[in-house]
Amino acid sequence: MYGFLIGVGVLLLLSVVWMVYRIQTLVSVVKGSDRKIAGTSNKVNAFLFLVFMVVTGALMFWYSIKEFDNYQLPVASEHGVITDELFWISMAVTGVVFLVTHVLLFVFPYVYQYKEGRKAAFYPDNHKLEIIWTAVPGVVLAGLVISGWLAWSDITAPAPEKAHVVEIMGYQFAWEVRYPGKDNVLGDYDYRLINASNSHGVDFTDKNATDDFPSPKVVIPKGEPVLFKIRARDVLHSVFAPHMRLKMDAVPGMPTRFWFIPTKTTAEMRAELKDPEFEYEIACTEICGRGHFSMRKVIEVVEPAEYQKWLAEQKTFIQQNPAIAAGQKVEVKEIAGIETSVSNK
Amino acid sequence: MATATVAHQDTAVHEHHEHEHHDHEHHDNFITKYLFTTDHKMIAKQFLVTGMFWAVIGGLLSTLFRLQLGFPDMNLEFLRPLLGGWIDEAGKLDPTFYLALVTMHGTIMVFFVLTAGLSGTFSNFLIPLQIGARDMASGFMNMLSYWFFFLSGVIMFISLFLKTGPAGGGWVVYPPLSALEQAIPGSGMGMTLWLISMTLFIASSLLGGINYVTTVINLRTKGMSFSRLPLTIWAFFLTAVIGILSFPVLFAAALLLVFDRSFGTSFYLSDIYVAGEALPNTGGSPVLYQHLFWFLGHPEVYIVLLPALGITSEIIATNSRKPIFGYKAMVVSLLGITVLSFIVWAHHMFVSGMNPFLGSIFMFLTLIIAVPSAVKVFNYLATLWRGNLIFTPGMLFSIGLVSFFISGGLTGVFLGNSAIDIQLHDTYFVVAHFHLVMGSASFFGMMAGVYHWFPKMFGRMMDAKLGYIHFWLTFVGVYMVFFPMHYIGIAGFPRRYYSWTNFEFASAYTDLNMFVSVAAIITFAAQFIFIFNFFYSMYRGRKATLNPWRSNTLEWTTPLHPGHGNWPGEIPTVYRWPYDYSKPGAAEDFIPQHIPLSQTPESNLPHEEEQVKIELEIMKEEAELLVANGSKH
Repeated sequence: MYGFLIGVGVLLLLSVVWMVYRIQTLVSVVKGSDRKIAGTSNKVNAFLFLVFMVVTGALMFWYSIKEFDNYQLPVASEHGVITDELFWISMAVTGVVFLVTHVLLFVFPYVYQYKEGRKAAFYPDNHKLEIIWTAVPGVVLAGLVISGWLAWSDITAPAPEKAHVVEIMGYQFAWEVRYPGKDNVLGDYDYRLINASNSHGVDFTDKNATDDFPSPKVVIPKGEPVLFKIRARDVLHSVFAPHMRLKMDAVPGMPTRFWFIPTKTTAEMRAELKDPEFEYEIACTEICGRGHFSMRKVIEVVEPAEYQKWLAEQKTFIQQNPAIAAGQKVEVKEIAGIETSVSNK
Repeated sequence: MATATVAHQDTAVHEHHEHEHHDHEHHDNFITKYLFTTDHKMIAKQFLVTGMFWAVIGGLLSTLFRLQLGFPDMNLEFLRPLLGGWIDEAGKLDPTFYLALVTMHGTIMVFFVLTAGLSGTFSNFLIPLQIGARDMASGFMNMLSYWFFFLSGVIMFISLFLKTGPAGGGWVVYPPLSALEQAIPGSGMGMTLWLISMTLFIASSLLGGINYVTTVINLRTKGMSFSRLPLTIWAFFLTAVIGILSFPVLFAAALLLVFDRSFGTSFYLSDIYVAGEALPNTGGSPVLYQHLFWFLGHPEVYIVLLPALGITSEIIATNSRKPIFGYKAMVVSLLGITVLSFIVWAHHMFVSGMNPFLGSIFMFLTLIIAVPSAVKVFNYLATLWRGNLIFTPGMLFSIGLVSFFISGGLTGVFLGNSAIDIQLHDTYFVVAHFHLVMGSASFFGMMAGVYHWFPKMFGRMMDAKLGYIHFWLTFVGVYMVFFPMHYIGIAGFPRRYYSWTNFEFASAYTDLNMFVSVAAIITFAAQFIFIFNFFYSMYRGRKATLNPWRSNTLEWTTPLHPGHGNWPGEIPTVYRWPYDYSKPGAAEDFIPQHIPLSQTPESNLPHEEEQVKIELEIMKEEAELLVANGSKH
């Protein structure tokens, strides 16, 4: 019944619109206004540009200021402070250009709207002007690029040697986390070794793997460099830790990495935001299938001392499931004192 | 031709010489006139109507996923008649189908609407008319170009109805996702059809492109030097060049993907464990695909955008009654953009895992391309300045385009900066950016073009008032849809997400997303005003005059309904550039291109006096030749 009523309503509305349309067409034919070069509509349109500018401009400023704290995510990494600064510098520069060009774009239609008898200026070029507005954007952009490039070079530089290594592996549709254990060197892996009890495909014949341990969440110390070693098991994924200003694709067959220094513990952030539930999160930002939107992992940033304590409490893969190392050639007890940095993909 | 009295709106062609070209009016039947036609004007209309069909489909798909994003709790049971099994028992949209929706929306809009619908329509329609040619260099290739596109569309359309769904790996179809049926059902038959469809599309695009380039180079009428080409033609020409150079690379990428999918090669696949099974592929690189894809994908942005910029240059100059400011600078920027468009592709891949040094290089190259773009904006503004502006619907859409080009272009400065891109990559900031600068700007260019050249296409006028309403609803609507996405993007919301409720950082903004969805649906609905106006005016619109916008370019010298061959008599000769608007001294505020300088002594500029002498000599020679030829008969 509702459907029928809505249908009738729409039909009535459409026929009213149709009548209005026909009437205005006929009126304009009678008045001959369609033969004029520009009539009232021209003035209305010119004025509407002004209205549009004022109303949407006000809306933009109002919303940008009101919502600032909502869209501006708190930052919790050292490089994030720098990239945020670059972001806001770019915002200032482009904001000025945005406003100036738009004011001109919407004021000109009003000021220079058609007037009978007036002739437009024949003004085909001005080399000086054109050189200026080629050179100025060039210089400004060069400034932005160079500052961006300096930041980018620092961010992508090799990680410090003492960085805490965490391996993050994406698969449909979750992340798995592996720590290198006491030696801070991850054991080898091979995707052909993956099975129900070895979801990472860790190669337990590699001595470095014997102290590796899994973790349900990413735990990292505040103020110390952390190196994410990122890989994928099936399709592309992308590690995105918004508060860390960190993003790097996880590529099957090609390990990637991203290092950073977290600056605020989870507890500190909770206090700052007055949100006792707050967690740092990892999301996936490369389309990977049905569950793309659900690949959540929690990062917990703790004080360094607490981190060491946590590390000591963790159980290695082998301790958790001795069966997976059974039959391997490696002598598990021999790990202490072995120094090796090779064979670590 | 020498003694002609040329009134501006008079296109009477002078037929007092023996060589009378008859309009080749052999009686066309329906099939040769409307289906397998080789007339560039009809082919253009075919592209346009097909493009409009796809725009409705693409827009409809977007309203479906906007319903999901804006109203995640809504019961979508009412869509079951349309979507069937893609609505689950709880009345929710299936997440896999959601991905298929965004994938198809992107593919359709980028390729079928904005590439074929825009470039296909206006390159075909305007190139011969504006350079003074009877048709394209090869009418047959042109016809093939359309029918390859049509076939490509049919196949893509069929893929929408597959049980496993159409391709669902995003419009970029990155492998391994697009290569593995086990990873997403759309990568089965849906992806196969996507690849076949795109292959046909590439063939269509190349056939068209080669034709456009050949036509512009070889078939310009007498006097139509490159420096007198309207900016539309420059834009179409360079677009075709970009297409010819970049589409084959997409074909290569697709071909290798076909091999990986069907013949067990490992170009893109390596070390994959999926669905409980380790695949044998090793040594491939998904990043290789990304390089190949974006080698087309980025120039594609300009394939879509340049024709729109060309169209607006023409419309803004005409309706400002002013020469386009800095014609040469406009051409040089177009050339600059053309060249640079090929060496910026990897800015889509800053965080793909490629060498960060490469990222630095591409950041520098990317921000260089902002300079010619900025020049174009300033030149548009300078053209409006001190003009005598007439707001036809075409002009309104052109101004709208400039606004989107600025708004979307400026956010490109953020995204092109690799350090800032780390955070913004694949968030809604990117969605806002490219929908404004590429999607909406090009769409507005297309609309501007339709309103402006409708009288030439169909001999009738579109209703201006409906055009104004359409413009204002769409202009405001587009900003209401895409501007808020910047906030959502800065807040870190990732794109291609079915829902954000799993994440704390993305749990806000349900209100803003709802607002965006409502705006999107209204904006989509407003397009039906245009569709009504288009089809109604085609049959019942006011009869157009020969040159309704009092424009300078050659297409307005043809009859109201030009036949196949465009000009019934001789093709007009061109004596001046296309932007002699409001020339000081001239009686009217426009002097069309086919008016000799020698006939307008009152408005000639000092440097044009030289040309007048040359012109007169040539005319004398020609007259003699004509007499000589005539006496032979």
